Amino acid sequence: MAGRAGSSRRVRWALADLLVLLYALVPVLWLVSLSVKTPAAVADGSFVPSEWTWRNYRSIFGDGDFLRGLVNSIGIGLISTLVAVVIGTMAAYAVARLRFPGRSAILGVSLLIAMFPQISLVTPLFQIERALGLFNTWPGLILPYVTFALPLTIYTLSNFFQEIPWELEKAAKMDGATPLQAFCLVIVPLAAPGVVTAAILAFIVCWNDFLFAISLTSSSTARTAPAAISYFTGASQFEDPTGSIAAAAVVITVPIVLFVLFFQRRIVSGLTSGAVKG
Amino acid sequence: MRRALSAGERSERRLAWWLCAPAALVMVLVTAWPVLYSVLLSFQRYDLRFPGRREWIGPDNYATVLGSGFWWSAVWVTLLVTVVSVLIELVLGMALAVVMYRTLVGRGLVRTVVLIPYGIVTVAAAFGWKYAWTPGTGWLAGLLPPGQAPLTEHWPAIAIIILAEVWKTTPFMALLLMAGLALVPEDALKAAAMDGANAWQRFRMITLPLMRPVILAALLFRTLDAFRIFDDVYVLTNGAQGTSSVSIIAYHNLIGGLNLGIGSTMSVLIFLITALIAFFFVAGLGAGSPAGKERR
Amino acid sequence: MAEIVLDGVTKRFSDGTVAVREFDLTIADGEFVILVGPSGCGKSTTLNMIAGLEDITDGELRIGGERVNERAPKDRDIAMVFQSYALYPHMTVRQNIGFPLRLAGTDKARANAKIEETAGILDLSDLLDRRPANLSGGQRQRVAMGRAIVRDPSAFLMDEPLSNLDARLRVQMRTMISRLQNRLGTTTVYVTHDQTEAMTLGDRIVLMKDGVVQQTGAPEDLYARPHNLFVAGFIGSPAMNLLPAELTSEGLRTPLGLVPPTPRITAALRSDPPREVVMGLRPEAFADTRLPRPVADGAARLAFTARTDIVESLGAEKYVYLDLSPEPPGAPAPGQLVARLDAASPVREGEPLELDYDPTQIHLFHPETGVNLTESR
Repeated sequence: MAGRAGSSRRVRWALADLLVLLYALVPVLWLVSLSVKTPAAVADGSFVPSEWTWRNYRSIFGDGDFLRGLVNSIGIGLISTLVAVVIGTMAAYAVARLRFPGRSAILGVSLLIAMFPQISLVTPLFQIERALGLFNTWPGLILPYVTFALPLTIYTLSNFFQEIPWELEKAAKMDGATPLQAFCLVIVPLAAPGVVTAAILAFIVCWNDFLFAISLTSSSTARTAPAAISYFTGASQFEDPTGSIAAAAVVITVPIVLFVLFFQRRIVSGLTSGAVKG
Repeated sequence: MRRALSAGERSERRLAWWLCAPAALVMVLVTAWPVLYSVLLSFQRYDLRFPGRREWIGPDNYATVLGSGFWWSAVWVTLLVTVVSVLIELVLGMALAVVMYRTLVGRGLVRTVVLIPYGIVTVAAAFGWKYAWTPGTGWLAGLLPPGQAPLTEHWPAIAIIILAEVWKTTPFMALLLMAGLALVPEDALKAAAMDGANAWQRFRMITLPLMRPVILAALLFRTLDAFRIFDDVYVLTNGAQGTSSVSIIAYHNLIGGLNLGIGSTMSVLIFLITALIAFFFVAGLGAGSPAGKERR
Repeated sequence: MAEIVLDGVTKRFSDGTVAVREFDLTIADGEFVILVGPSGCGKSTTLNMIAGLEDITDGELRIGGERVNERAPKDRDIAMVFQSYALYPHMTVRQNIGFPLRLAGTDKARANAKIEETAGILDLSDLLDRRPANLSGGQRQRVAMGRAIVRDPSAFLMDEPLSNLDARLRVQMRTMISRLQNRLGTTTVYVTHDQTEAMTLGDRIVLMKDGVVQQTGAPEDLYARPHNLFVAGFIGSPAMNLLPAELTSEGLRTPLGLVPPTPRITAALRSDPPREVVMGLRPEAFADTRLPRPVADGAARLAFTARTDIVESLGAEKYVYLDLSPEPPGAPAPGQLVARLDAASPVREGEPLELDYDPTQIHLFHPETGVNLTESR
């Protein structure tokens, strides 16, 4: 009796799981399907491609602008992430471990920026960056990216740092460690997962941006991949770019999705730590 | 002796300030300065196509923007999209959170797969939705009666924008809510069950009140985030059929129209609306939280 | 091995509060000293000052004859066991125990031998390659001990090392620590808030309250000769009965009746005490008159009757809670009394019970200062 009730509950939960899987996967599979369709089949409207081809992928990787966009996205994303994580870690350490006036100001400013409408920055930044010669350059995008990645890193990391049992630092000192040894041998290994989480979240913010990328660039010099896609026209003027756009969309999505799936646990804890503390 | 101790405190403060300085400097330089600058620009006639005619014109830009039907249409569309998406996300996200938190089978798989929409680049997902609803090309358009082109009609287009927004951001909402579910002590639920509460009553009378702070925080974040919606609208309609959001219309005035004065005015107005929304939320949070905190 | 001397050690925080005031103590080489007191009494702060984890505001700390106030923890050659165990979660048991050796630059072979030996002593040999997350509470506690003893420090500091364990395990570990300390003969300072732990473990107990040492001495000493009301109330379970009493020319007027002057009461009278005093009697001072009783040495046993409220039967003995009637009738009720009786006592709840006690065991305390008037110091 109990066994049967248990198994029917399992079936119901399995159905719920299935709905969630369909929800998350169908739109992604549709993009993949579109990206492997032949030009003739693109407009057939079927979910499953009748014939597979790598043609669209070959075409986008033969496209200098898209490749350049990928390079820009990766480069700008990595540099922004690095900068945000380094200065964000410093600030988060101070917020989590030290007592000082201004602590709540730092947290408050971070919160404000996390909610700030980016468009309100686009107009003045457009003008300021043109005056400073930063328009359409890597630093021109890195600056806003770092700014908008910082709140996330500061919040994630300071929550993480607060969780570290700092008694371990004392224990290490009692075990004969110098302060530097205690930091390197005990605190850094414990903090590393938090830093990795913050880095992933920061990179996703940078990689996902579209507004700054199309507003603060004017050529492929600094235009990132998502912006480059929106300028796709197709191999020739008369060719429909649908297949290429789908392929490009898959290309910029796959690495991030793999990343997310691989670091699932950490991302979940990083994203939610702030909300729970409220 | 006391002086020595306060010297220690002083050095702690100094260290903290040095550690925070770079982050604070970047955040303030990249936001505060431009915001002030855009306030200045909003009081000028400044069209990059006619730079010679630049001059101070006081509040004229505000009059122009606030007197414009396009602006008000964008405001209402943005508010509509925001409210509807966030409400759907709350309900759907709660369902998703419960499945992720409680499911007996494949919990790890569900929790992982649900992150895919979160990880996907918004523009890429938007293109997927655009083609799905394009007549001929799309599998979803194929389900409609022939001759329909939903993205070229006002209400269907807005519905699709909401769909794209909801699909992409519900997982984030669900994750926050799942963290909130974890805050509800199992013992309280068991006690309620012993007291005769059924599943729905337990959810409504135990789980929801305990999750209130998390729900409000999630709503605040998502509301302000939805209010700046840009990528989905840009890709799906680019503002055609009266579907412009405030971000889209400001962008078009700046990059398309090269009108810095009007663009800045809109920037300032958007900033003010955001602040207003945040204020109402925080006031709501503030009114709601003391009781919640005392209970803990 | 070393002697530890605290000479007027004081800790004052920047907001002006004094956590530890003028702490004087000489801990002999190999001695096991317990710092005990309620939470916030300054015992952990004292331990942290010995460890070097907190600065000493005033006074001097000497280990092995040398002033170490300014030395970093690592240069004091002392090991510490923390309440939370503070095991490094990213290291295996072997790495945890070997961490102090690694920092000291001990060569691999010698370190390994030392780790194996330590693990053997603590019964951890099979767990060396596990991580702390995969250990039970008791096992974690032993790893923390192992990390402390592996490098033969000149002293151990233990900060409530057993308070995260369940009751049964706590008793087991208590004997283990006792045995270990006997075997190693290392000077040990042990902090706890639990008076039972203090009574059973230490050679000597230092009882603190509000940053001030109340009494230092052997466990029996603190139990039998408390210097003041606080010590009397803190040590012993169930706690000492404290009743209002009055010193008169005929003797001591108490809620249990008039007590003729015993030598101790006479001695107390010599220190010019107030009339109103507090009388203290341990629960085991009482006996059921229906049972054979120990022969009183000196004064005769005094009997009284009271109503039984609650009886707690512990198997080997019974704790009996009695309601005292006001004396004289109409005065405020003096409260409850707890007596520790032989299990053979046929006492029943709700019934009157006749008990007697040995008046020589009475303590008298000054009601304001709390000083024990019957123990001339």
